[in-house]
Amino acid sequence: MNSEVNIKRIDWISVAILSLLVLLGLGNIYSSSQAYLLESIFSMNPFTKQLLFVIISIFIFLFIQILPFNFFIKYSSILYVISILSLIGLFLFGNEINGALAWYQFNGFSIQPSEFAKPITALALAKYLSDINSNLKTIKTQFYSFLIIFIPIALIILQPDPGTILVFLSFFFVFYKVGLPSIYMNFFIGFIIIFFSTILLTPKYVVLFLLTLGLILSYFLRRNKNLLRKIFLYVAVFSVFIFSVDFIFNNVFEQRHRDRFNIVMGIEQDFRGSGYNTNQSRIAFASGGMFGEGFLKGSQTRGKFVPEQHTDYIFSTVGEEWGFVGASFIIILFTTLMLRISKRAELQRNVFSKIYSYSAVTIIFAHFFINIGMVIGLVPTIGIPLPFLSYGGSSLMAFILLFSIYIKLDSQRTSKW
Amino acid sequence: MKNRLLPFLIISSSIIFVFRLFWVQLINVDDVKLSNKNSVEKVYNYPERGYIYDRNKKLIVGNEPFYDLMIVPSKLKLVDTIEFCEILKIDKQTLLDKIKKAKNYSRIKPSVFLAQISKNDYAVIQEKLWKYDGFSVRKKSNRNYLLNSASNILGYISEVNDYEINDNSYYESGELIGRQGIEKSYEKQLRGVKGVSYFQKDNFNRITGRYKEGVYDTLFKPSKNIDLTIDSELQVYGDSLMINKFGSIIAIEPESGEILSLINAPNFDPNLLIGRNRSKNYINLKNDTIGKPLFDRGLQGMYPPGSTFKLINGLIALEENIITEKTKISCNEGHFYSKNRFMRCHCKPGTKNDLNTAIYNSCNTYFATIYKNTLDKFSNSKEGIDNWKRHVTSFGLGDYLGYDHPLGRPGLIPDSKYYDRWYPNNRWRAATTISNGIGQGEILTTPIQLGNIAATIANRGWYITPHFVKKISDDSIQIKFREKKYSTINSKHYEKIIGGMFDVIEKGTAQNSKIRDIEIVGKTGTAENFTKINGIRRQLTDHSIFIGFAPKDNPKIAIAVFIENGYWGTRWAAPIASLMMEKYLKKNIERKYLENYILSGDLSKEYLKPYGNGNFTINE
Repeated sequence: MNSEVNIKRIDWISVAILSLLVLLGLGNIYSSSQAYLLESIFSMNPFTKQLLFVIISIFIFLFIQILPFNFFIKYSSILYVISILSLIGLFLFGNEINGALAWYQFNGFSIQPSEFAKPITALALAKYLSDINSNLKTIKTQFYSFLIIFIPIALIILQPDPGTILVFLSFFFVFYKVGLPSIYMNFFIGFIIIFFSTILLTPKYVVLFLLTLGLILSYFLRRNKNLLRKIFLYVAVFSVFIFSVDFIFNNVFEQRHRDRFNIVMGIEQDFRGSGYNTNQSRIAFASGGMFGEGFLKGSQTRGKFVPEQHTDYIFSTVGEEWGFVGASFIIILFTTLMLRISKRAELQRNVFSKIYSYSAVTIIFAHFFINIGMVIGLVPTIGIPLPFLSYGGSSLMAFILLFSIYIKLDSQRTSKW
Repeated sequence: MKNRLLPFLIISSSIIFVFRLFWVQLINVDDVKLSNKNSVEKVYNYPERGYIYDRNKKLIVGNEPFYDLMIVPSKLKLVDTIEFCEILKIDKQTLLDKIKKAKNYSRIKPSVFLAQISKNDYAVIQEKLWKYDGFSVRKKSNRNYLLNSASNILGYISEVNDYEINDNSYYESGELIGRQGIEKSYEKQLRGVKGVSYFQKDNFNRITGRYKEGVYDTLFKPSKNIDLTIDSELQVYGDSLMINKFGSIIAIEPESGEILSLINAPNFDPNLLIGRNRSKNYINLKNDTIGKPLFDRGLQGMYPPGSTFKLINGLIALEENIITEKTKISCNEGHFYSKNRFMRCHCKPGTKNDLNTAIYNSCNTYFATIYKNTLDKFSNSKEGIDNWKRHVTSFGLGDYLGYDHPLGRPGLIPDSKYYDRWYPNNRWRAATTISNGIGQGEILTTPIQLGNIAATIANRGWYITPHFVKKISDDSIQIKFREKKYSTINSKHYEKIIGGMFDVIEKGTAQNSKIRDIEIVGKTGTAENFTKINGIRRQLTDHSIFIGFAPKDNPKIAIAVFIENGYWGTRWAAPIASLMMEKYLKKNIERKYLENYILSGDLSKEYLKPYGNGNFTINE
């Protein structure tokens, strides 16, 4: 087992992309927190705090690189238990910020354990699924894998923090990749499609469409008994789901959640209430134009019109001050990074490292998709940070941790198991 | 599939995101232009509205400042409530209510505390205001009409309505726009172009500085002052002559087409339509359905021109070689133009009139006959009447005259199509339309058109489109107000008509209107008119009409006077016209007896007749 730091084998390109993202994040946080800077020059403001976290992050990165390779395999279970305990501990010692019981606070700093639960759950899943006895085709392995992600999900539902729940649900992509039967994935994707179409249309029409589709398919496939049975199953399950969506949407969701969906789906327009953020964000993007208004010159940004702009809405600052070119550049950086990690994951022969790397991409992608989709008005408003760019110590350090472990595992790629 | 799902999702969502960015940043950006951006506050600065002078450079419309007292509740510090209430002349409860109202609106944004404070009150407040934090004064400006007359010419200004805001990108809510008259037709020149400054705001709507160091800011373009063609002294004098009469006087300088005065009676004080009581006063004026002061009779009233129109028919007959000045036509208290179509005349049996005597005696038979002959010159009446109309319209009749005032009516000059509609299958002939010969029948003219006829005759065959504006700051007026328009009648024929018009004053129908030392010419008219009372057509007392000009050679003033239900043209219209001429040409009135007769003339009983119950007699 080779536990030395292998500098030559470190994925320097990914490190460079990540560093660029973090620096761009710092610049945009500086810009979007201008108002704070003016108010209090000497006290801690978002920019100086974030700068501090970046420095800490560098140490995290270096620390991970000098750890022995099998440290992660060995201690992932213990880390997982600690992580779960920290989530439970919130209900005893936690503080509520913005309506979510998700933070430990001391001395002006706050830590969000659910952020760290993401890389640790990835480690735990990698460990369990890389075990020679695990086989996702079996109900038993399915049960334990689901349990690993549903324990944190259950605890986070209680906070509540819908964004983080969605991130944990994205582990299904990892399961699918590692060997979960495709029927689960079909249901998963089917549910998403049906969820939105049910909100947009009415359940009646969606069911009617589904039944028609089922009938047509059954006619053409009438000789294949096996397929016919499957079609029947899907139609039945989806029909039940359609009506439960209607019920959940109208009875379980709160009005603000319904509003957010309705606004993204274009059913409602409300520029003062729930649609305020989305609209302000769109104005920021539109005023950016092709090349942007320039660093520190975004008028919407300077006027603090976009709420949470230095955290979840950081991308709108990019859009306003750096324009279409700058915003597209960030998207290209993310895409390159994610594709690079997933490609190198494919090359991994070590199953643990492979599954972990895959989980890392999935987590980054879930954040990327939900956050940018929300900021540019394609996804309902869900509070979730943009990896590496958004202000927030826990988020930044957890993502650096996630990334550092990937770099470490990746640098040991050719070493033997 | 399993290995490609995630890369596929990553790439496809990135592509969607870039397309979406392209859409929101470069394509669909209309709704987020600078003006709509809520981080930017637009502050306009307005040039002072242009002044209006009369033709002698006398200021008749200026501006008067007034003040709004503004309050910012968050900065409020009331050191001495009792004194403060005394200055503002309000009681303590009102003060508290107003502060509460302002707080409800916004604690940090200024709102109006006391609106439209006059100059005098402001002087008192200004002295003490420094003691009270949170109050400031916003200066605004409104029109000040210095001449208690000519409201029909000047028009008024008021705040733009929603329709105008949507229709015209220049205006924004709360801004003022010219509503009528000169204020409307010269709105662009009088208002100038507002300037704009942009300020950066924060999310509490507080201004934090200039937006982009003011690179988008613009300075206003100053407004322009306007010199009217109106002689304000003549205008005011005309108003006094029209007291207790409904109608209109139009005086035009024939040589230039400049309108010296346009009097509409009854009139109203233009200052009624500014300030806080504007809408109340407007409704009162609107509700006066008998006097209709908002209805400009001179520009909008369409009436039969009566005998004044005989001059036109005379000119046409001369041009068409139907008559010469020597042609005599006999009259026997009237004439049969066809079976069952007899028109009465006041000439004694056996009278033989030539053109001159026909004009000053206003012989119906003469003019009806030559009208009929003019039409019958052609093989069919259709061609005849269309040719006749061609001549008539060359005097500016039958269509909008094209002056620079928003109000107007075309009048009506019938043609063959018109009669074909009423009498299909060729059931009409020249005799059917015989009333046109004496200015009755279907013909309708507005008083300003009559004034234009007087100007055309004064010029012996041409006119310049009448207009109200002489000069706009340094710009010259529109070219159409400098071009001569010629009538279809040869100028040599005019002297023959003018000779008759001279005798109207000397020995004809308007001998009461002579002025010493000035040769005036003119023609009286008396127009039958009808109304409907409870659905029944009833004749009312005739309109009293006069058109003319003076002096006879080298005319300085052409005039048309129209008095509703005044009966004979001689009774009211002619003396009023001659007094206007005397006032304009001699500056003071020597014929005090005539002036007194007009000033004390009261027709208000006449106007109430149709509204009373029961019967009334006309033409008393």
